[in-house]
Amino acid sequence: MNSESFIKPGFTKESLKKKFRLSEFISEKVISSTAFLTVGLILLIFIFVFKETLPIFHQHKEAKTRTEQNVADKPISYGATAESESRPEVYGMETDSAFDQSGETGVEPTMEERYGADADEEEIVGISNLLGTEWQPVSVHPRFGLVPLLVGTIKITLISILFAAPIAIMAALFSAAFAPSWLRELIKPVVELLAGFPSVVIGFFALMVMATFFQDFFGYGARLNAFVGGIAMALAAIPIIFTVTEDVMTAVPATYKEASLALGASKWQTAFFVTLPAATPGIFAAILLGIGRIFGETMIALMATGNAVLISANPFESVRTFAATIGAEMAEVVFGDTHYSVLFLIGSLLFIFTFSLNAIAEFYVKSRLIKRFQGKVS
Amino acid sequence: MKRMNHKIKGGLLVGASALSVVIIVAVVVIILLVIILQGKDRLTWEFLTSFPENGMTEGGIFPAIYGTLLMVLIMTVAAVPFGTLTAIYMSEYANESSIISKSIRFAVRTLATVPSIIFGLFGLGFFIKFVGGGMDNMFLGGQLKWGQPNILWASLTMALLTLPVVIVSVEEAIRTVPRELREASLALGATRWQTIRKVVLPGSKAGILTGTILAVSRGAGEVAPILFTGAAYYLATLPHSLSDQFMSLGYHVYIMATQSANVDETLPIQFATTLVLLLLTFSLNMVAVVIRHRFRKKNK
Repeated sequence: MNSESFIKPGFTKESLKKKFRLSEFISEKVISSTAFLTVGLILLIFIFVFKETLPIFHQHKEAKTRTEQNVADKPISYGATAESESRPEVYGMETDSAFDQSGETGVEPTMEERYGADADEEEIVGISNLLGTEWQPVSVHPRFGLVPLLVGTIKITLISILFAAPIAIMAALFSAAFAPSWLRELIKPVVELLAGFPSVVIGFFALMVMATFFQDFFGYGARLNAFVGGIAMALAAIPIIFTVTEDVMTAVPATYKEASLALGASKWQTAFFVTLPAATPGIFAAILLGIGRIFGETMIALMATGNAVLISANPFESVRTFAATIGAEMAEVVFGDTHYSVLFLIGSLLFIFTFSLNAIAEFYVKSRLIKRFQGKVS
Repeated sequence: MKRMNHKIKGGLLVGASALSVVIIVAVVVIILLVIILQGKDRLTWEFLTSFPENGMTEGGIFPAIYGTLLMVLIMTVAAVPFGTLTAIYMSEYANESSIISKSIRFAVRTLATVPSIIFGLFGLGFFIKFVGGGMDNMFLGGQLKWGQPNILWASLTMALLTLPVVIVSVEEAIRTVPRELREASLALGATRWQTIRKVVLPGSKAGILTGTILAVSRGAGEVAPILFTGAAYYLATLPHSLSDQFMSLGYHVYIMATQSANVDETLPIQFATTLVLLLLTFSLNMVAVVIRHRFRKKNK
C-alpha cells in the first residue's frame, strides 16, 4: 500500500510543465517591452536630434551636384549662383576667379574649386563657416562660427569646475572621514536641498543678487560675465560631485583605514593618504559628471553669463555657451532653416559630449574602482 | 618641532574641509533667506489667485501655477506607469548579469545625465515635428493643430526627463520587499505576475509614491525642456485642451527676469514667483524625504 503510493506520485512529468497562461504571457511581454523602450528612448533621442542636423550635410551635397551641373551647362545655369555674384565682396576674389576659370575653360572643377563654390551658396553651411570665429545667425550673410561658443563653453566649464570640485571634494572628505554621524546626517540633507534648487532659481539668484555683489566687490565692467555664471553653475555641480565622492569614500574598505590607524597614522593622515587616494577613480568620475552637468546647463547660462559672443581669456567678460545658444535662439528660428539645423548640430555635439563623459565614468572608472577595492591592482 | 608641524598640517586640512562644508551650508541658507525675505511681502492669497495685469507688471501668477500643476499632472500620468514597469522588469524579470539588463541600466543612467536642453530639442524634433506634424497630415489634412508647441508635448518631454527619477526610486523600493514573501507566494501556487501584483507592488507603494513626488518636484522646476515645446510668455486664458500652450512658474521667472520691459519695477513679483516655485519644489521634496525615511525605518 505504502510503497504503491510512493511509486505513483500525484504528478506526472506533463503536469509539472509550466502551464501557458495568457495573463502571465501578456504581462511579461508588456513589462519587458516597456523596459526595452527605455533603451530605445536613448536611440530615439540620438536619431531625432541628429536627424534635424542632416539638412546641413544634405544641402551641402545638393549644392555640390548643383554646381557640377552648373559647370556642365554653364551659360544658362550660371544664373543659379547669381546670389554669389551679387555679393562678391563677402567671399573675395578667389572663388569668383575660380568660378570664372572653370566656366571659361569648361574643365571639371577641382575639389577646392567646388568647395569654394559651395561656400558661395547663401543657404549652405560649409565646414569653413562652422569653424569660423563669428556667430551671426540672423543677418544677410549668416555666420555660424562655433568657435566662440566653444571657447565660451570651455571657459565657463573651467571656471565652474575650479570652484565646484575642490569645495565638493573637501566637503565630502569631511563628511566621510571627520564628521560624527549626527553631523553627517545634517550635511547630507543640506546638499540634497541644494540639488533640489531648480536651475532657474539659481540663475535668478545669480542674476539679481550675486552679479551685483561681485561687481561691487571686484569692480569690473560687465555685470554678467563668465565668472558670475561659472560660480552659479558651480552651485549646480557641487551636489553631484559631493554625492558621488562621498559614496565612493564610504565604500573604501574599512580594513584600509584600520590598517593605517593601526600603523600609527593619525586620523587626518589616514583620510588624506589612504582614503582619498583609494577613492581617486571615483572622484575622477564625480568630476566628469560635474563637467557634464555644467556643460549642458542652460538656464543658468542664459540668465547669468551675459550671452555676448566674444572670444577672450578674461573671466570677467560676457560669454555665450552652446546650451544657452540653443535656449535663446531656438524659439525664434524658422523650422527647417539652416539656423535651425545648426542649433540641432550644437545639440548633437552637447549630447555626444555628455554621453561620452557618462560612458567613461560608468565603464572605465567603475572597473578600476572595483579592481582596486578588491585588491587586484595596487 | 616635527610634531608641531604635523599637528598644524592636520589642523589645516580638517579646517579646510570643514570650511568647504560651511561654504555649502552658508550658500544654501543665503539663497533661501534672500528669496524668502525679498519675496514674502508680495506673497498674498490674491497674488496666487489672480491673473497678471498691465503687461505682467502687476497682478498675480495664477495661470503660471495652474499651467505648472496641469503639466506636472500629465507628466505624472505618462512617467509613473512607464517607470514603474521598467523598474519591475529590472528587479523581477531581468537577469542581473545579462547584457539586456546592463544596457537598460546604462540607458537609465544616461537618460539621467542628458542635459535638459537636449530633451527640449528631442521634444521639438520628435513630438512636435514628427508625431504632431504626422498627426496633422494624417487626420487634419495638413491643418496645423498638433504640429506646434503645446502642453501635451511639453508634458511628455518632461516625462522623459523625470523617468530615471521614477525608475530609480521604485526599483530601490521593490528591492526592499523581502525575498521570503515572494517565495512564499510562489510556493502557494501564485504565478509570477500574481506575485508582483499582490505582493511586490503593495509592498513598494511608498517607493512609487516617493518616486512620483520627486519626479513632480523635478518637473515643476525644470525650464529648459519646455522653452520651445509649449511654454508661453503670456496667455489671457487658461489652457482648455491638450493642444493649448500654457504658462509655467519657472518660465515665468526666466522671462520676467530677462525679457520683461521693466525688470527693476517687477522685481518683487519675480522674487515672489521664485519663492512660490521654491516652496512648491521644497515641500514636495520634504514629503518625499519623510515618506522614504519612515519606509526605511519600517523595513529595518
